[in-house]
Amino acid sequence: MVTKLPKVDVVTTGVGWTGGIVAAELTKAGYKVVGLERGEDRTIEDYLHGHDELKYNQRKELMQKLTKDTITWRNTMDQDAVPVRDEEAFVVGTGVGGGGAHWGAQTYRYFPYDFEIKSKTIERYGESKIPKDMLIQDWGLSYDEIEPYYSKFEQMAGVSGEEDPLAGPRSIPYPTPPMKKNRPMRLFHEAAEKLGYHPYVVPAGTVSEVYTNPDGETLNACQYCSFCGNYGCEYGAKADPVVTVVPTAKKTGNFELRTNCLVTRVLYDGDKATGVLYKDTRTGEEFEQPAEIVAMTSYVFNNIRLLLLSGIGEPYDPKTGKGIIGKNYVDHHTIMGATGFFDEKFNLYAGTGALGSAFTDYCADNFDHSDVDFIHGGQIEIHIMGNEPIANNPVPAGTPAFGKEFKEKSLHYSNRTLSVVSQRAFMPWKNHYLDLDPAYTDDNGDPLIRVTFDYTDQDCNLNEFLADKCAGVLKEMGAEIIDKHPMPEHFGGRFTFQHDSGGAIMGSSPENSAVNNYLQMWDVDNLFVCGASAFPHFGPTNPTPTTAALTYRATEGMIEYLKNGGGQLVKTGKETQNV
Amino acid sequence: MDQNFNNKKPDISADKEVVDTSRRKFLRNTGIATGGVVGGAVLGGLLANPFKSHEPATTMATEHPEPINYAESLTFFRRQKDFDALSAATEVIYPEDANGPGAIALGVPYFIDKQLASPWGSNADDYRKPPFKNGQTPLTRGDIFLQGVRKLNEISENEHEVLFKDLEEDKQFAVLERFMKGEVEMNLVISAEFFALLKSSTLAGCYADPLYGGNKDMAGWKMKEYPGSQMSYIDMIEADEFILIEPRSVGGHKH
Ligand SMILES: Cc1cc2nc3c(=O)[nH]c(=O)nc-3n(C[C@H](O)[C@H](O)[C@H](O)COP(=O)(O)OP(=O)(O)OC[C@H]3O[C@@H](n4cnc5c(N)ncnc54)[C@H](O)[C@@H]3O)c2cc1C
Repeated sequence: MVTKLPKVDVVTTGVGWTGGIVAAELTKAGYKVVGLERGEDRTIEDYLHGHDELKYNQRKELMQKLTKDTITWRNTMDQDAVPVRDEEAFVVGTGVGGGGAHWGAQTYRYFPYDFEIKSKTIERYGESKIPKDMLIQDWGLSYDEIEPYYSKFEQMAGVSGEEDPLAGPRSIPYPTPPMKKNRPMRLFHEAAEKLGYHPYVVPAGTVSEVYTNPDGETLNACQYCSFCGNYGCEYGAKADPVVTVVPTAKKTGNFELRTNCLVTRVLYDGDKATGVLYKDTRTGEEFEQPAEIVAMTSYVFNNIRLLLLSGIGEPYDPKTGKGIIGKNYVDHHTIMGATGFFDEKFNLYAGTGALGSAFTDYCADNFDHSDVDFIHGGQIEIHIMGNEPIANNPVPAGTPAFGKEFKEKSLHYSNRTLSVVSQRAFMPWKNHYLDLDPAYTDDNGDPLIRVTFDYTDQDCNLNEFLADKCAGVLKEMGAEIIDKHPMPEHFGGRFTFQHDSGGAIMGSSPENSAVNNYLQMWDVDNLFVCGASAFPHFGPTNPTPTTAALTYRATEGMIEYLKNGGGQLVKTGKETQNV
Repeated sequence: MDQNFNNKKPDISADKEVVDTSRRKFLRNTGIATGGVVGGAVLGGLLANPFKSHEPATTMATEHPEPINYAESLTFFRRQKDFDALSAATEVIYPEDANGPGAIALGVPYFIDKQLASPWGSNADDYRKPPFKNGQTPLTRGDIFLQGVRKLNEISENEHEVLFKDLEEDKQFAVLERFMKGEVEMNLVISAEFFALLKSSTLAGCYADPLYGGNKDMAGWKMKEYPGSQMSYIDMIEADEFILIEPRSVGGHKH
């Protein structure tokens, strides 16, 4: 028996970063929003007593348990997928704040090149530069168009940063000054400059000084305590929906947050999304929540899964290339480079999830790709997040894996090891996609989402190129021993920090995309699919600022939609937009 | 440091609780334990031999015998032979040496025993629906450990006619290496998986917060010069020199 509830203006399927942003913006505009969140309610008091590596970093206390559902994965279409069974290998947020409660808060923008990757690549190198089956496309909005929304996110989150001289132009500076530079960062800057690169201190949502955002929420100054990514911040010094957008929504009086509510379907009448079906995870009771607008805010996997389970949009078929839901799935959990072992001892126990420096000389189209066998590139970076002792037992290659020598060397090097790595862009391919698994189900008997993904020549060539550069920087920094990280032959199915994208991609027309540049579905006007599910490819760095920027833009679209009493916000093709 | 400490507080009893509390007070007064930071040189000067501090003065131990540690009892393992094999294996992975205690003295075997008795040991947070294929094991971590440690004894007895704990160290090492390489036949799980679990659990027991029963007296952290659960590093984040900070447990914040 399903209890039907009174209709509201907007319902969100999850209350993490995207759900929180939708709730804040729509309630401020006077609309009634119901936030349905499968996990628990959370406040900053939950983060006290949190400096515990075993509980939070190893055992992922704040994340989704896999008791009721998970994802399955495989490398190629002819394999049987297997479920990710171990909670430590599938790390996604649950509970209010979602991934935003325990993210590392590195807050990069993507490059102008990213948003027009296809046309810019062809313009400079010709059609033949793009391999067959690589499905890159322009995003349907330019960097200049998304820029104001990046700024809006940064103002809300209090981002502390220093301008990357090689990045796209900014309309306003970062709201707070960059993080302090520790010794390894200073070494990195010196080395990079000597090598002719353009290093900068990376932007951080671990805020460098007390900051009050435009919504009146205050973030405290980061203490560099190191219990950051995978942990909640008890100081309220890390931008987190729990201390920003959720309280903003709550204080309007227009927001109703319902926790322990698992959305199981988007209700769809063939034209519009009429609301959602959800279940109280404690009692099993089912409810229908009707709404003018359904905002899908349940992260990439569940956004796509709910669309497929609800029969909305045409599922992508890699054999024919037809269909769109599930297309262009990209995984971005491969961050590698080189590790350097030093004589000098560093204070590696201190840091933040976002403390570090980087340069982007080999990123986007910042260098000439005529003579390399890949497109795009990666950011080369050093991060000092606070090396926890269970997770960090570094030894040079060739050291026995256990026993006396292992102990001796891992103790010796635990404060003498620095890694310079690169986060690189990952491209979409014809055979990489999301669909429903034919064999495994969740507790309700609904099929799990299935990932098909592997590395390609593009990834291996790019890694070869970047690992050399990382090693070069370490050498200049004075490392005595340098071990380059070898590219594994295949993707290994570890999804450990929510860097996935695609499945409901954006673009300029319904022929090449599921949503328009307001994240509004082309064929379901009142359904907005918010999140990195909209990225046509995965840009070089962490996804949240781009996810959030697109979601801020989507909220403008939702408000316009509600004001106008409906309609498509974007006319297809090159025609002008309504908003 | 005990030397210094006892000089300052001659009336102190050897009861560990009291020693620790007073030591905390001492550290607090010097600003070390409160997140205030002292440079390596200063700390070294204040506290001679700072990292040999966990043993209370032994001369007084006879008057107040060591309290029984009731936490060092078995909650998961039932057969002593199994637990002995586990203990010996953790010590091979992380042996006592000039740097300090090995896995046994750090409490690692009891740490693992408790972890296996916890929801983690029965994979309570994991996806458990069949079918298990492509090498995925249907066994829980508890099952894998039990089978693994029994296999250690079985191999030692078959090949050397002694239990694993009584094997010479180099032979123990060689047996573990075979597990690591996946060369040992196990039922429903590959031996490399048992080894990986054994190694990661051993390191977790050496370095987890002592509240879980391992890392006894924070000696694992001391060997690593890791400060544990501090509240702030803002005052020293820019330092050029390495700074040694007396470690602190999550539990330490309440006292
Ligand atoms: C350890 C870690 C470190 C990270 N570090 C960074 C970083 O440094 N920089 C960066 O940019 N990004 C980082 N991320 C990624 C970042 O967390 C995500 O990009 C961001 O949270 C995505 O926002 P979202 O709203 O799409 O998803 P989330 O914030 O995860 O929110 C989704 C919410 O939906 C809920 N939900 C899902 N399905 C349902 C359903 N069916 N019914 C009801 N509720 C549902 C979930 O419980 C969750 O609360 C990190 C992530 C992790 C885990």
